[in-house]
Order: sequence, then structure tokens, then C-alpha cells
Amino acid sequence: MVVAAADRAALALGIRPAMPLAHARAMVPGLTVVDADLAGDAAALARMAAWCLRYSPLTAGDPPDGVWIDITGCAHLHGGEAALLADLLERLGRSGTQAHAAVADTPGAAHAVARFAPEPAAVIAPGAHQAAIAPLRLPPETVGALRRLGFERIGQLAETARGPLVRRFGQQVALRLDQASGRVFEPIQPVVPDDVAAHRLLFIEPLLTAEAFGTVIDELLNTVCGKLEAIGQGARRLDLLFERIDGSVQAIRIGTAAPSRHAPHLARLLKERLDTVDPGLGVEAMQLRVSLAETQAFRQAAGLVDGDRLETSIAALVDRIENRLGPGSVWRAAAVESDVPERSVAAVPAIGDAPATSWPLTLPRPVRLLDPPQPVEAIALLPDQPPVAFTWRRKRHRVCRADGPERVHGEWWRRSAEVVAVRDYFAVEDEEGCRFWLFRRGDGGDPATGDLRWFLHGRF
Amino acid sequence: MQPADHIAVLAALKSEIARLERRITAGCREKVVSFDLAAVDAALPAGGLALGALHELAGTGCQVEHGTAAALLTAGLLAQVPGEVLWVLEQADIHPPALAAVGPTPDRVVYVHARKPKIVLLVMEEGLRHRGLAGVVAEFSGALGLTASRRLQLAAEQSGVTAFLLRRSRCFDNPVLLEPSAAVTRWRVATVPSGPPLPHAPETPGLGRPRWRVDLIRCRGGEAHSWIVEAFDATGRCHLVADLADRPAAAEPRRAAA
Repeated sequence: MVVAAADRAALALGIRPAMPLAHARAMVPGLTVVDADLAGDAAALARMAAWCLRYSPLTAGDPPDGVWIDITGCAHLHGGEAALLADLLERLGRSGTQAHAAVADTPGAAHAVARFAPEPAAVIAPGAHQAAIAPLRLPPETVGALRRLGFERIGQLAETARGPLVRRFGQQVALRLDQASGRVFEPIQPVVPDDVAAHRLLFIEPLLTAEAFGTVIDELLNTVCGKLEAIGQGARRLDLLFERIDGSVQAIRIGTAAPSRHAPHLARLLKERLDTVDPGLGVEAMQLRVSLAETQAFRQAAGLVDGDRLETSIAALVDRIENRLGPGSVWRAAAVESDVPERSVAAVPAIGDAPATSWPLTLPRPVRLLDPPQPVEAIALLPDQPPVAFTWRRKRHRVCRADGPERVHGEWWRRSAEVVAVRDYFAVEDEEGCRFWLFRRGDGGDPATGDLRWFLHGRF
Repeated sequence: MQPADHIAVLAALKSEIARLERRITAGCREKVVSFDLAAVDAALPAGGLALGALHELAGTGCQVEHGTAAALLTAGLLAQVPGEVLWVLEQADIHPPALAAVGPTPDRVVYVHARKPKIVLLVMEEGLRHRGLAGVVAEFSGALGLTASRRLQLAAEQSGVTAFLLRRSRCFDNPVLLEPSAAVTRWRVATVPSGPPLPHAPETPGLGRPRWRVDLIRCRGGEAHSWIVEAFDATGRCHLVADLADRPAAAEPRRAAA
């Protein structure tokens, strides 16, 4: 019996995988030993690969101990590659899983760096994988034989002539070398979680044109929307996978603001993204998958003709705009209970619970809020009085009428710097009738409340 | 032929020509949003601002950069139209509380941050093709050609959604703003010095209601006009400034310029 795996505490005691169990028991009396459950491990790995679909539509288990995630074109959704790795490790850590992760150009390089790099999260810059590779995926006996021959690093192996290497160790060494450097393409076979609505179509002839893809999208959506209807759910996120004849997979991912199973609407969203797909030499199969679904209640049709409802509901419009401009570009303004003007507005998703509260409408508020407030030179006779004149962008404005001050205190519960901070706001009108919203930092008496500088914060 | 026949034939021909020129379908010809000001509504051929059409608004002079009066006028007009409003922004400097005070409540407005002038027009057209919106407001700082404005106008006519294009520009009196466009009406809205907050006590400090000079510089089927109005009050109504209300409209710009 040998040790299959060891946790961090056991590794610290010197116990290594592949060590005879008797040896380990001799080193550490009272060692806790659990029988390895290989089938259970494989199932857990598949579940984890399915969970990783939150990061990319293409993930796959890499038995015995890894998960592939193809993040091509997905990293920006999570704030970049490093941020994605940090988020992944943090979420795994919260669920009690210690993991190492790496991003690299090729699956082989990522595999090697994730397992053998000292840091838990490593991002290998494009083209830099040659230097970073330590181990290839080779059977232990091959590694031992290579060590005996004096090969310590991949670089040495890569410089050696291929012929003798292949004769001595077989094709695998050369293949792994090529896979690590990206010379041989290594497709990832993505996992398919079995609890989602999905449909796959195989073609007799490889497809190449957008028109053909469009027809297939309609066909796939008809089936998938029927499945969704049967379980009373609507799609929030859809993945369309294009399986190319060279074995690689390309993907389109769309999101909807509200659950939907309206096939024409979803088809329109998917077809708008078709130009991001590179069909290569042809696509031999396409698969549509609902990677996120939510309950969508059945509703009685209001009239004889149904289908108008979605056309007129704003959710369809929001979906189209958001899928084109990116998430976060469509929002509604919601009132926040704060007197500080820049904090009084929050952007909330356009679809969802409508903001119930509104702002106090009697206070003067400008149409444009300048962010950040722009410093102006202002002259005021007394601290309580509005300025007589101010200079903004080298233009002098003489104040003819003014209203104020409206005093806004800092929110001490947010930052300690705001405990005593004060702003006095004045709405002023110059001789041309232009109205400005100025504020002075400080209450004019106590220097601790502000430095008495004037700022332009908005225009009416 | 009897004179009555002449009049009937002439009226039929006129309406036929109007139909050809405006390409407004029968359904939305009658739909207007009213300023609630007899003088302004009378100057517009439809008796108000036509719905399902493209209207272009801009500030003047130094106000063309922020276009605040134009935005408030648009919001006030849209408050009277039921439905949701799509507000397309190029820079996210709008402060929604000010719009909520004059017009559509926050649950009626959906904002889109488009970032680039080209994208603004694209999103605006997408919104105009979507039936059921009260209106689409777009803040646009680029050059609008005849082709682009015609696309917007056609999209607005087909769906019946009203389009408001707020022209903005970093430079004063940008010549781009004067280029021809297919908009049904083109407006200039600028602030002018306001009156005292209490008319009977001119020495009282404080701010009264803002005053705007509203210039209708181009109107399909109508003539250019200019008015000085007081901005929307709490009931959502504009008023002509009292001491100018009885004078002929043509005399006002000269007076304002003097």
C-alpha cells in the first residue's frame, strides 16, 4: 500500500505521495489514514470542473488532480488574469480547498506551472513559458531514467536531438515537449454538467458561413427553449460551443437581464455575436447550453396574439444593448440616503426591483455633476455669504444672484477624515444667467472643518 | 366648380403633400406633446412637439458643453409621455435627482453609458426601433450627417418613439451644430438672467425660477420663432415671462440681445 495523497500538515511532516504506507506510519506514529476513493475523487473533480463554468464556458477535469479552464476571451469579465486567479483561489479557499493555479499560453505549460511553481497563483506572460517549465507530464519511470542520464531541466531536453530521445523513451517525450511549447495543439474536451438544458447538433458537412450558423442557432434554440419550458425555467446565461474539425472548441457566451425562453430574442442575441467566431476549416458540431437558468413563471397571455409582450418589454432592449456594450453599461439610478451629492445616486441593474425611493425634490440639484469637483478662484465678503465673483477655466463670472448656504456634513461613519469635514453649497447665477453649484470646504470659522477653498461641483 | 369644391380639393392636396413630405403614418400624426403654452404650440404645425420624430436640441455659447437647459426641457416634456425613457450618455456626468425634480421619476429612466459618439447613435437607433418606449434621449458630441439623422428619423417614425438628440460640444459655437440634418425640429435653449424670486420685492436675495431663451431655429412645415420662458415649476409647466408675453414673438430676440 502506498500513500496516494497527503494534506499540507502531512507534507510538512515529510510524508510524500507514492511513499510506502508502512514507511509513513513508521515516520509518524498515530497517522490518520483514509482509504483512497478514486471513483469519488473523479466525481468530485467533475463537479469542480462544472463549478468552474462560472469563469469560462470551456472547462474540463484533468484527472487525477487538476481542472482545465480555457479562459480565452473570458479574463476581462473578471478583471484580468491575475484577478481571475485570485478570485478562483479565494472562492476555493472559502470552501476548504487548497489549490494552486496558473495561467499560461498552452495547457501543458499551465499544467506544469500550477503543479511545480512555488507560488499558489502564477500568470505566465505570453511567450515566456519556455523559461518557466520545470516538469513535463511523463510517467515516473521515464523521469527517473532521464535523471540518470543527466537531464535536469526541460531546456536541456529541448536542445537534445529528437531521434535518439524518441528511440530510447518513445514518442511521449517529444509529444509532451511539443504540447508544452504549443507546437502541437492540445484540445480540451469540455465538461457538460448534466443538470442543464443543452442540445448538440452534428453536421454531415463542416459549416463555415454565418447564414448556416444562424439556421443552426434557430434549430438549437427551438429544442432548448422547449426543454426550459418543460421545467418552468428561463435562461440567464447561454453558451454556444462550436466544435471545429481540428478538435478545438470556440464559444460564444451571452447573458440576459431577466430569465427568458423566447427563442427569437435569444437567437438575435446569439447572432449578433457570430462575428467573434473563427470557424477555421469548418465546424462539425454545435452545442447550445444553458449555463445559468432561473425560474420563470408561466403567465397567461393577455390577448389572442402572444409574443408582443417581450417585444415591448424593456428587458429585450436591455439585453441587446448590454451584450453589445458590455456588462454594467445599462443601469437605473436609485436614491441613496446620503447628503453628499456624489453618494446620493447608485447605479442599479436596469431589470429587477424598481427603485422605490426618490430624492428630496425641493433642494436645488444640478443637472451635471462634475467629477471630481473643479477648483475655482472665488471672492466672498463674509464666510456666510455667497461669492461675489469666481474664476473658472480662466473666465471670470460675476455673481448676480445666489442662494445658500446649504451645509453638508461629512459622513463620519464612512471615513475618519470626514468626522468634522463640512461643505457649504451655494447656487449662483452669473450675469449671463448661467447657474453654477459651488461649494466651500469648511464652515468659515473652524479651520479643522476645511481649508476654505472653493470648488465648482455642478451646473444647473 | 364651386368655391367650396376648390377649398376641399386644395385641402386634400395639401394633406397629401404633407403626408408625402413628412412620411408620418396616420396613426402618429395626431400625437403630440404640448408645451402648455399657446404661443409655442401654435408655432408648431402639429399643435405641439410631434411624437415619433427626431428633435434636436443644443445650448448656445458656453452652455453648449453641458447643455443643461436643453436636458431639463427634454426631461420636462418627456414627463408628460407615458412609458419608459432610454437616456444614452456619452460621458456619465448626469445627476439624476435634477431630472427627477422636473420630469420622469427614476424608475422610468434607463441610462446607457455608450462612451463613444458612434456608439451613441447605434444605441439610439436600437432604442428607437423598440416600440413601447416613451422616448430616447441621446447626448451626442460628434458630427451628425444627413444620412445618420435620416436613419434616426425613419426609425422614430416607424416605431412612434420620440427621439431627442442633445448636441454637446467642447468648443463654443461649433460649426458642426449648424450642419443640415433631417430632424423635424431644431432648438437652441439657453439661460438668460432670471427675475427676482419675489417679483413685488426685487431686493430679496435668492434665486428665482431659471429663465430660458428657447429658439426654434428650424421646423419642418413651420417657421422659426423665439421665446423667453420660465423653466418648469413643480406642476411641470413652463410659463412665458410675463412682461414679454404680450409682445410679438419676432421682437424678442432683438430685445434679448440688447
